[in-house]
Amino acid sequence: MNNKTIAAISTAQGEGGIGIIRISGENAVWIADKVFKSVNDKKLAEMKGYSAAFGHIVKDGEIVDECVATVFRSPKSYTGEDVVELSCHGGLFITREVLRIVLDEGAVPAEAGEFTKRAFLNGKIDLTEAEAVIDIISAKSKTAARAALCAREGALWNKITTIKSKLITTAAHLSAWADYPEEDIEEVTIDKLSKTFFEAKAELNKLLDTYDKGQTVKEGIDTVIAGKPNAGKSTLMNLLSGHNRSIVTEIPGTTRDIIEETVLVGDVILRLSDTAGIRDTEDTVEKIGVDLAKQRLSNCGLVLAVFDSSETLDQNDMDLIDSVKDAETIAVINKDDLESEIDENIIKSKINRVVKISAKTGEGYEQLEKMITDIAGTDSFNPSEGILSNERQRQAVLGARDSLNDAIDALNIGMTFDAIEVALEDTIASILELTGERVSEVVVDNVFHNFCVGK
Amino acid sequence: MNYTAGKFDIAVIGAGHAGIEAALAAARLGCKTVVFTINMDAVGNCPCNPSIGGTAKGHLVREIDALGGEMGKTADECFLQSRMLNRGKGPAVHSLRAQIDRRKYSEVMKHKLELQVNLELHQAEITDIKKNENGYTVTTRMLGEYEVKAVIVATGTYLGGRIFVGEVSYESGPDGIFPAGFLGQSLKELGLPLRRFKTGTPARVLRSSIDFSELEEQLGDEPPIPFSYDTEDLGENKVKCHISWTNEHTKEIILNNIHRSPLYGGKIEGVGPRYCPSLEDKIVRFSEKKRHQLFIEPCGLDTEEMYLQGMSSSLPEEVQVKFYHTIKGLENCVIMRPAYAIEYDCVDPAEMKATLEFKRFEGLYGAGQFNGSSGYEEAAAQGLIAGINAALKIQGKDDLVLDRSTSYIGTLIDDLVTKGANEPYRMMTSRSEYRLVLRQDNADMRLTPIGYKIGLISEKRWEKFNCKQKLKAEEIKRISKVVIPPSDKINEILVSRETSPLSTGAKLIDLLRRPQLSYKDLEPIDTTRPDLDGNIFEQVEIEVKYAGYIEKQLKQVEQMQRLENKKLPESTDYSEIKGLRLEAQEKLNKIKPLNIGQASRISGVSPADINVLLIWLTQRKR
Repeated sequence: MNNKTIAAISTAQGEGGIGIIRISGENAVWIADKVFKSVNDKKLAEMKGYSAAFGHIVKDGEIVDECVATVFRSPKSYTGEDVVELSCHGGLFITREVLRIVLDEGAVPAEAGEFTKRAFLNGKIDLTEAEAVIDIISAKSKTAARAALCAREGALWNKITTIKSKLITTAAHLSAWADYPEEDIEEVTIDKLSKTFFEAKAELNKLLDTYDKGQTVKEGIDTVIAGKPNAGKSTLMNLLSGHNRSIVTEIPGTTRDIIEETVLVGDVILRLSDTAGIRDTEDTVEKIGVDLAKQRLSNCGLVLAVFDSSETLDQNDMDLIDSVKDAETIAVINKDDLESEIDENIIKSKINRVVKISAKTGEGYEQLEKMITDIAGTDSFNPSEGILSNERQRQAVLGARDSLNDAIDALNIGMTFDAIEVALEDTIASILELTGERVSEVVVDNVFHNFCVGK
Repeated sequence: MNYTAGKFDIAVIGAGHAGIEAALAAARLGCKTVVFTINMDAVGNCPCNPSIGGTAKGHLVREIDALGGEMGKTADECFLQSRMLNRGKGPAVHSLRAQIDRRKYSEVMKHKLELQVNLELHQAEITDIKKNENGYTVTTRMLGEYEVKAVIVATGTYLGGRIFVGEVSYESGPDGIFPAGFLGQSLKELGLPLRRFKTGTPARVLRSSIDFSELEEQLGDEPPIPFSYDTEDLGENKVKCHISWTNEHTKEIILNNIHRSPLYGGKIEGVGPRYCPSLEDKIVRFSEKKRHQLFIEPCGLDTEEMYLQGMSSSLPEEVQVKFYHTIKGLENCVIMRPAYAIEYDCVDPAEMKATLEFKRFEGLYGAGQFNGSSGYEEAAAQGLIAGINAALKIQGKDDLVLDRSTSYIGTLIDDLVTKGANEPYRMMTSRSEYRLVLRQDNADMRLTPIGYKIGLISEKRWEKFNCKQKLKAEEIKRISKVVIPPSDKINEILVSRETSPLSTGAKLIDLLRRPQLSYKDLEPIDTTRPDLDGNIFEQVEIEVKYAGYIEKQLKQVEQMQRLENKKLPESTDYSEIKGLRLEAQEKLNKIKPLNIGQASRISGVSPADINVLLIWLTQRKR
């Protein structure tokens, strides 16, 4: 294991009241003693775990800041190692200065998530909790952070426990019934089994549904901006991302590649692709761009179809309307600042959501934002119900559902209960894997994949 | 004065079900073996139920037989009635149970020990075991000293035995035989921490005092099925059993006198088996139940004693008389032997390796109730493994450790040595995660090759086994080829079994796959069927019908093997592995698991600890 002592500012960086510098590792106390002088001259090395001292951060004999140092002794700390937390006055300059002094004395800067990684490796938190912390750290929106926090507090775990305990009770009943043929134990009926299995399956399905929403919240919606050349796609993208990104010109066909950008609209993360304009073209290079764009329309999560209100609808516009008929689409009628020539009714008859904006002036942006929030459904999103937030968790639930389907099939074709139990136990095993209560290669692989162990 | 009584390779202390298998296996593998029994007439005694087998226990007997043990054969020789339990609940939980003639069983076993080459049977109480340079010295009450290389302790309920009947209690072994009163102290001096377990048995009543006229009969299967793959024909069932029930009146008497039970009165400190409770336990713990079932079983052909299965008790004799008399059919029953509870010394099996040798005492083995198990079959299974391993070690050969995926025996021993036993351990089908693979019908397929390799399976039987495997393979080939054309005859059968009739021809194997159809159902239309042993048809049918599920389970086995293959060095000091919780460090240091799989089954070792171990192992290899 990495024995280096690590340090980082562990409060939000900014003008807060207090800033905390956390030091963790074998030399945490020794390093802290070099930078911290308590008012009663007591060394931190002489202090027990869970105790604090008031004093000053001192550099070259000069006081840098007032400070409370809290000592945690291994294994009773967040990381399971010796930890010292230096609580100083907030403010970017002071906290950074204190961190710099700590690093000068031999600590190394902690990588993102490294305290959590150590907590996991030292057996302080389980896998779903560790995953949740990593999600909190990398959350890009408020809702994503809230979802991760709920996971950290066990929302998913609670949900799963309910399903799990029902299935385990059923398995136990089956076992008792088989093991004690002479103790008139209540017979396990097909109806009862079937009811339990279908209920559990419905719960698992619900949980799987949360995955997509969870991904939407966490990773954002895969969004394509489409429209004929010069309809204002790049301008719209710039409006959404707040700065110049694509090359914006008046010459049709200047954007040829799919450009990706992640933006926050309201509290919804959109992963935007600005595509080449869709139009019939002889230019081979541009044709590739157009084909690519059409393909993207069919497999993305949201299409922002841009129309130029200053022109009448042409064949290219009609092609676009046709190619988005199966996709979640918002028709963005752009250039609302210019005189309108467009027949909005044709668009409205084909696309449910229509918004008029001026990407150039920003007018209409708020309506667009509201529409996007509605589509993302993040308002109705309730992470405290438990959500699946990564592929490992989803695979475990998918595995559980597959096995449950096997159990239901076995029941339907009239197999004996011992065969049904094989499938039932597979189901339970998958669920235990999800919560980390059962160790399997999958979990272990995940550990090595997510935590770069051994570097 | 002590005198030198002899030199042997292996001494077996106790000639109950564990001691017998241990001694026979050791002697048959060529070790000079001596076995001691406190009473020569108590060899292979069945102090509790007059039956062998039952759920999961029937599996154990079949496995013992497949490895070359004796229990199954002797049970067949002494059989009175045989039933396959759990028919209809699926082949994984089918379990054979036979009523046996308990006196005859004891005599047959004793005779087998007497006839065995390399084996001496002595009536003697062992009072002392001491370590010497080459092994151990065991001393008898008559002051004879035996020098041996290995000792197998199989003391059952005799070690420090104490009987309780209400307020009455005295030092005794089972069935009024002397207990082993000195050995416990000697084992403590050797450094083995002992603890107290308890078990119990119901009353035996006089047959002619029972009114059977209104009781439900329980008959054996026709034809009865033997345990041993060597037994050709059992003949017919010889006895009937009967079923009766307790009632509100029984319950009332027991509850009114519960304070007189030594267990509830706090006199017994030993831990009793939850899985084999006394009647008062059942009534207290399941107070909502109005009645409990009991089985009235004959103890033999030459005796009028009847055993009351399910009615064990430690209440005073006068209360026993009262409550037994409340039961239908038993209103006037004469109690010949009262029910009693017995408390005895045993060890924590977590002190042992999977070979059943003590980790801290080379050459010292334990088996049966001494290891914290309960049941004749559990005892015999451990005795066999301890005997085999003691012999293998003396001969400088590799250990025999059966892993969980091979057998119930492996599961039993892994549970004992990994988790220890907090109460008498009883085998159950639910203890195995591989039920569909570990069936009683295929025990020979799973274990006979191992028994043969060790040297406990004769050439003749090995030939017979191989012949059976060949016939089975041919039968599977045959049913995969034979096509049954649609006809009124077949469709009549199909409709009567509530499965869809044929409109085109179907292969026999596909018909057999249907859950509703058995080999027997298809007999009238299966004109080319060869005349084979019933067990072959049984195995083929199960393998065909359950193929998908068996495959699933084999995948589960494979997954387990991966963790089982991650070996943990015996020399590991777990207190030096950072990140393990304190409790896990202590448990791991005590158990010293062979691999990650075993470590994950230790209670007190969490998945987080296992992650730490896995990471530690991986980093160690880098």
